[in-house]
Amino acid sequence: MANTQAMCTSFKKEILNAIHQFGAPTIVSRTSLTVPTPDSFKAALYLVSATRGAGDTVYSVTGEVSGTNYVAGGVALTGAQDWIEPNSSGTTGFSTPTANIVYTTVTLSTAFDAVLIYNSTQGDKAVSVHTFGSQTITAGTLTLTMPTNDATTGLIRIA
Amino acid sequence: MITTTKGLMNEELLEKREGVVDNDKEYTTWVEYWLDGELVHRSAHVTFKRQAVSANSAIGEF
Repeated sequence: MANTQAMCTSFKKEILNAIHQFGAPTIVSRTSLTVPTPDSFKAALYLVSATRGAGDTVYSVTGEVSGTNYVAGGVALTGAQDWIEPNSSGTTGFSTPTANIVYTTVTLSTAFDAVLIYNSTQGDKAVSVHTFGSQTITAGTLTLTMPTNDATTGLIRIA
Repeated sequence: MITTTKGLMNEELLEKREGVVDNDKEYTTWVEYWLDGELVHRSAHVTFKRQAVSANSAIGEF
């Protein structure tokens, strides 16, 4: 088995229930909340031997990396809000984390190749798994630079 | 100065190795510093390109 890049299936269901708040929209009140604040998200790294993928529903420690200066659960996404305000172009809706994801001065000796992004405000519900070439880090920094936020390369796209 | 497993070290004392991975999904650069055959620093910079993480939408028909 291996990590598989995917938008988590549970996330597809949860966005229909408006569980995840990427942006800061003004909505029609259902009870009282009309101007929700964006949720907070985190990014956890997983070993090559892990099996993260579309079936993930919440963050899991199983298969997560460990090492110097890496805290279980990974790092928080940063920025004025964690995701660029969701947008659309043509027939595609999209959003991308506002800032690059950085793990500073860590040592991760066992090879890893995936990052799980999850909603730490909403019970650590899984959003998506992103894979890349196998890496290790030794007393160094891992930077995950975000793609251009558009309908073609945005990190989350709904076509 | 470079952070290493032995603390901060002068880059000039170390052997530097670099590499690049460039494919449809990512553009990644990495740098390693070695001291007498021992890896003392490795950093990587992964730039996501077009990650195939999307949901195709569909609507039902009457």
